[in-house]
Amino acid sequence: MPGLAKYALSLPNVVFAKDNQYTCSDAGLTEIKNAIAENKLNRVVVASCTPRTHEPLFRSTCKDAGLNPYLFHFVNIRDQCSWVHMQETERATEKAKALIRMGVARAVLLEPLEETEVEIYPCALVIGGGITGMTSAVSLANRGFEVKLIEKEDRLGGTLNSLHRLYPTHEEASKLVQVKMKEVERKPKIEVMTSSEVEEVEGFVGNYDVTVRQGEKERLFKAGVIIVATGADTLKPVGMYGYNGKTIVTQIELEQMLKEGTLNAHTIVMIQCVGSRDEKRAYCSKVCCLTALKNAMLIKEANPNAQVFVLYRDMVTQGTRYEDYYGNARETGITFIKYSPERQPAVENGSVRVYDELLGEELILPYDLVVLSTPTIAHPDSSDLAQKLKVPVDENGFFLEAHVKLRPVDFATDGIYVCGCAHWPANISESISQAYGAASRASIPLSVGHVKTEPLIAVVDEYECSGCGLCELTCPFKAIRIEETEKGRKAKVIAASCKGCGACGAGCPEKAIIMRHFTDEQLLAQVIALAEVKA
Amino acid sequence: MTLKESFEPDILGFLCNWCSYAGADLAGVSRFQYPPNLRIIRVMCSARVDPTIVLETFIRELDGVMVLGCHLGDCHYMTGNYYTEKRMKTTKNALKSAGLSPERLLVDWVSAAEGERFATLVKDFTERVRKLGPLGKETDLKPQQLRTRLVAAKETLAQERVRWLVGRERELVEDKNVFGEKIFQEEFDQLMLQTIEKEFVRRRILLSIGEDTLSVKEIAQRVEASSMEVLRNIVSLERDGLVSMAGIEGNSPKYRRIGG
Repeated sequence: MPGLAKYALSLPNVVFAKDNQYTCSDAGLTEIKNAIAENKLNRVVVASCTPRTHEPLFRSTCKDAGLNPYLFHFVNIRDQCSWVHMQETERATEKAKALIRMGVARAVLLEPLEETEVEIYPCALVIGGGITGMTSAVSLANRGFEVKLIEKEDRLGGTLNSLHRLYPTHEEASKLVQVKMKEVERKPKIEVMTSSEVEEVEGFVGNYDVTVRQGEKERLFKAGVIIVATGADTLKPVGMYGYNGKTIVTQIELEQMLKEGTLNAHTIVMIQCVGSRDEKRAYCSKVCCLTALKNAMLIKEANPNAQVFVLYRDMVTQGTRYEDYYGNARETGITFIKYSPERQPAVENGSVRVYDELLGEELILPYDLVVLSTPTIAHPDSSDLAQKLKVPVDENGFFLEAHVKLRPVDFATDGIYVCGCAHWPANISESISQAYGAASRASIPLSVGHVKTEPLIAVVDEYECSGCGLCELTCPFKAIRIEETEKGRKAKVIAASCKGCGACGAGCPEKAIIMRHFTDEQLLAQVIALAEVKA
Repeated sequence: MTLKESFEPDILGFLCNWCSYAGADLAGVSRFQYPPNLRIIRVMCSARVDPTIVLETFIRELDGVMVLGCHLGDCHYMTGNYYTEKRMKTTKNALKSAGLSPERLLVDWVSAAEGERFATLVKDFTERVRKLGPLGKETDLKPQQLRTRLVAAKETLAQERVRWLVGRERELVEDKNVFGEKIFQEEFDQLMLQTIEKEFVRRRILLSIGEDTLSVKEIAQRVEASSMEVLRNIVSLERDGLVSMAGIEGNSPKYRRIGG
């Protein structure tokens, strides 16, 4: 160690070097502060453990001593040197010297950087007035924030408006909608706009300029955060199993019949997984099995003599509550028949032909009504809205979250959140949980009132920039975009959104993007310093 | 000491802060031992690694470069490592053009939990580079020749059309182009390779001219190519405003560099 300190002192620009047992102890930190003051140091290099744990500590020490914290460089000679080359002391020491030499070379080129703050406009835009959007809106209003709730249809309620009763309680869907709508109405903080669609969204976290079209009218307002709760659609099985909307219908259409009391059928055959879990749509919507169970039970409840067959591939009823629910359905006398995707059922001549996998026999089932359980699919407007918000959708057109486990209701773009079926097929309780989650996430920037912007961001050299737009294409955070300026098309970094990865800069055709704190010059200086002495 | 034992490769690693650098830290905490040939530069994301800095490293006669990022799909910045993958693929092509073995550049993914895997990767790569020998051993080139070629390769990777193409690969191959067409991977790779090779020859010609005024024949001698090929490139370089005719000597026009 004393050898390393002596070596460091021999390097250009180094005026003070000292070895320490515990640099991160109070004594060690005080020593750094004193050294800065006494030697009028303008760069500090610490060679010890890892920046991943201790960089913040040394940065704040520099700051305490009046030095900009970004003028600090960390050299890792523990985790990546002494601890991994324990049998090769001599070569490890040479490596430590090289690492220090590289660190000093970079430190010389470090520039002071400042954090800045961006104000958050205290209003949330919630897109979608279904149960999910209403829940988010109420939750945000309860926290005292202003909310604009946008609904495309002429009334709130969304998908629930076309449902009859809900599993597992069999309560009426309309009652749930009524309760939520009353809550919305009671909140003066919520402004509801029905028959309205988002036309345009510009800006970034805290400062979104939103244009909403309401018939002929255009409304303009500002929002700090945005929640996407646009729900989903259900596949219309046109051309499948002779679907005709009369004797061969979807579960949603059956709900309507049950609701209006127009169901007049004694023998009902339900077919599961229609247009799902196949090559085109590989996913399971997970609500259709339970919906079929519920509707089958409601039919049996109203008419115990009715015959109900459910043709399934796998009954998906996860959760203790729903396994019991499935058990109850079996007890009511509903017949469950397992079919395989290789031998699909067929609807022909007034009956359904199905090969029962468990019996190993083909059955012919006459029917009054065939009900097709079709998957939840992404709303057809989703991709259009995704483009306006500059957020991604997955291969099935559902909105894609920032991280499946760590950030399930966030988008990668700061200030935009997703919940409910817009994100993925979800049941009502999941949608509501997610709605609370999204409201909670959205309320963080709203309550803090401002966001700190990292100084480690990309900066565009306007003189070099040709405005080609490759950076805009590359940035996963939509933090850089092309703008028309007096000097033509130029890339502009949105400081509040930039995460400082550097992907734009390393690919820029004109090399017109400077990545602060990891500049080309700083990286090259390390390479040059390393190459000075060979192994 | 035999020659084999006396050669210790110098290896530089660019490690992303979130996964591979953390994996290297874990190797340390777990005391997984590996050869001390590697020196590490920390970047926030592997996508920060500009192809030209890899060439700068080889120009300065280091023997191997590792670029390590998060596993695909796990990038802290979502898609950074996909760009790393494409850019480093192109970088390997440029190394090949220069005459170096692309094996000297390792691109791999290490998670924050893979300390042991990190140590193994370093061990294996160090051994691989040790076998390859000192930089350029795989070629018949003299050090100065290799250097010039590496500089040409670096300039190739700095060229607008190359960088533009690399940057669009994901979009062109995975999504579709403005005409709604998708390009097949093989087709794209072929196009990329051709672009690199073409650009490399252009940069070599420009570098060989330097401050001089030369005939096509003289240039051909310097870059060890046919006069026909050089002439074809001179015409295109002239069109791009990079060389111009500076007089005629005998029957041969003479050229010099202009502009960038």
